[in-house]
Amino acid sequence: MSVLTPYRSEMSSHGDGFAQLLRAEWTKFRSVRGWVIGTVVGGLLIVGLGVLTSSNSVCSMAAASPHSPNPKPQACPAPATGPGGEWVSDSYYFVRQQLAGTGSLTARVTSLTGLYSNRGGIGNGRNPLAGMTPGVQPWSKAGIIIRASTTRGSAYAAMMVTGSHGVRMQWNFTHDRAGIAGKVSAKTPRWLRLARTGEVIRGYDSADGRHWTLVGTATLAGLRTNVQAGLFAASPGYTVTATSIGTASAVGGPTLATAAFDRLSLQGTWPAGRWIGQDIQGRTDNALPASVQGFNEDAGRFKVSGSGDIAPANSDAAGQASRTLGGAFAGLIAAVVIGVMFITAEYRRGMIRTTFTASPRRGRVLAAKAVVLAGVTFVASLIAAAITIPLGDHLLRGNGNPIFPLPTLTLLRIAVGTAALLAVAAVLALAVGTLLRRSAAAVTAVIAGIVLPYLLAVITGVLPVSAEEWLTRVTPAAAFAIQQGMPAYPQVEATYTPGTGYFPLAPWAGFAVLCAWAAAFLALAAIRLHRRDV
Amino acid sequence: MSASSVSPRTSQAWWAGPRDVLHAEWTKVRTVAGPGWLLIGAITLMAAVGAITANATGCTGRTCQIDPAKVSLTGIYLSQAIVAIVAVTSFSGEYSTGMIRLTLTAIPRRWQVLSAKAVVTGAASLAAGLIAVAASLLVGRLLLYGHGLTPAHGYEALSLGTTAVLRAAAGSVLYLVLIALLGLGVAAAVRDSAASIGIVLGLLYLFPIVTSFVGNHDWQRHMNQISPMTAGLYITATTNLRSLPLTPWQGLGVLAAWAAGALLAGGVLLRLRDA
Repeated sequence: MSVLTPYRSEMSSHGDGFAQLLRAEWTKFRSVRGWVIGTVVGGLLIVGLGVLTSSNSVCSMAAASPHSPNPKPQACPAPATGPGGEWVSDSYYFVRQQLAGTGSLTARVTSLTGLYSNRGGIGNGRNPLAGMTPGVQPWSKAGIIIRASTTRGSAYAAMMVTGSHGVRMQWNFTHDRAGIAGKVSAKTPRWLRLARTGEVIRGYDSADGRHWTLVGTATLAGLRTNVQAGLFAASPGYTVTATSIGTASAVGGPTLATAAFDRLSLQGTWPAGRWIGQDIQGRTDNALPASVQGFNEDAGRFKVSGSGDIAPANSDAAGQASRTLGGAFAGLIAAVVIGVMFITAEYRRGMIRTTFTASPRRGRVLAAKAVVLAGVTFVASLIAAAITIPLGDHLLRGNGNPIFPLPTLTLLRIAVGTAALLAVAAVLALAVGTLLRRSAAAVTAVIAGIVLPYLLAVITGVLPVSAEEWLTRVTPAAAFAIQQGMPAYPQVEATYTPGTGYFPLAPWAGFAVLCAWAAAFLALAAIRLHRRDV
Repeated sequence: MSASSVSPRTSQAWWAGPRDVLHAEWTKVRTVAGPGWLLIGAITLMAAVGAITANATGCTGRTCQIDPAKVSLTGIYLSQAIVAIVAVTSFSGEYSTGMIRLTLTAIPRRWQVLSAKAVVTGAASLAAGLIAVAASLLVGRLLLYGHGLTPAHGYEALSLGTTAVLRAAAGSVLYLVLIALLGLGVAAAVRDSAASIGIVLGLLYLFPIVTSFVGNHDWQRHMNQISPMTAGLYITATTNLRSLPLTPWQGLGVLAAWAAGALLAGGVLLRLRDA
């Protein structure tokens, strides 16, 4: 470091190098017993609270009936897993036959209608459709599909019409391409085509059956020669979220979609020669019973009724790895307290005069403090997070909780990001402490800036959604986006609000908001240090 | 400790009566610029946050589950932190300046010092709380009516004439007083201002956050029942009371128990330790 500096005054040549400053600040930090203990306690709180919350989280299936004669927690069923390893809901009515090798499937859709219950739930046991209102869901879908097999979660590519998102091509749950916009009707029918060559499936749409447009090309890795192809219909659950007294409660239930098809044409080898109808669904899917789904064929016209969804599962905050990191908030408060004290203690004891006499460049002292503080906090919390995530994960699994399979990179981002969040928050606390010079006010300002917005936006539910999103976009609490493991999918209708664990900013963008606050306050603190007497 | 408790007996008879101790504490609060400004800040922020929340709240559907009193009093989440600063610094400030030695020399009965501080800080936060709560409810009343919370949607205008709203209002003022006492007790026990305020805010804010990470309804219920802030703020609820794990007054009682516990711990440590 000192070698790179082109000019050095005589004064700074002995003892004002940045390395020496760092060493001085590190010595101060490690020799104050309270700060070292505080850092260790912060780390222990992260691990301890993680263990406490994980070991007491029993899967909600058992918790839903606490008075059952068999109180032993039973493992909850995990949702099906898609080809990319993500949780999926895979439930629909499938009118299928086998396609061997290369071939294509074309059909015209002339209507898409639906039924849902606006009171939530489903009708009585005899007739689940009793009392339902006609109406199609925005992501009700029907069309043609080619699947590796009828197993839930298997690879697929599909062309479909939807309730209010026009024609779409979707494949392997997470991919979604838009085709012709607008609703389907007898006057505006939609022609759909899937053409398969090996592992590659191309989707086309057309408004008239003559002029075709390529919507997307899907490559389904490892697709065998024989695949299942045909018509499908599905309709995702209908949800209305109501917020009251701090708890968001969702009212809703499964829905039904019915589509009319005609002008079916098949190219290639279709050995069976006849259609088989099958309801595909699993325990975790939000779908109506098989009895109300089905299809009929009349002189080349098909009507297919299905319930459920072929899409990524919009699981809430449950099952996220960050679920084990509740203790990070305790660690955060400890880091903020230490960050503030790291500077205010110097003022209180008069040490600051010695410090500034020894190194008169005050900005550099502040920088050295920030580096030492950030380094210590980052290392301590990273160790704590690295212990807590696998340990909490293990405990949660032991209690029958299905764990969302997060990619390793995402897990790393959550662990490193949480540690970095605490480190930057400590630096922000240092800067605010330098500005205010009063410990209590500085600690409160930083906690009210980071923890309180999170509490109000994500936990309590006392605020309207617009206010929740504003808080998690603008305040330093935006940084908690770094802990979000579950991606938000535009092709799944769900309440993507901070209250359900979805932040408005991307993970690193949210973290950048905190960094911007810390940088701004550090700059202000440096200016203030220069202008003010100590 | 033993020396100081014996020698000044004679002098106490003529001056250190309870009224004098209170007067001394009141003079300290009055003559330092901090507490006054902080309490004004607490009032302003409480009304401002209430106004912003009420402004963002709307009733568009036929049924909306909004608790108008609770929405108007949202600012209490923030203003309680400022009240806590006032309470904490009234004790820890004396430790950081060394004033505490003078105080304890003048008033050797340490319980008396703590009680006087509790009375003065409690009274100051009571006064600030009264203004803050009244202002918040007034702002909420004016704004919420314009956002669809009208009699047509089944909402009465916010008025202290209703038992529930009166309870929420009076309870919120008491809530702020109890927060001040909690802060005072913690500061007496911990002495350092940064650590004290960290502990107070940790107790208040961490409980609900950590609770939300437990995936078990029974546990969540129990955690909410002992959480000083969550249980304490049940007092602001005026609708849907059946869904709460405690009645509003029981909830406030939980916070009172925390405050009493903190004061007791602070008092015992104050008596046992050297200043």
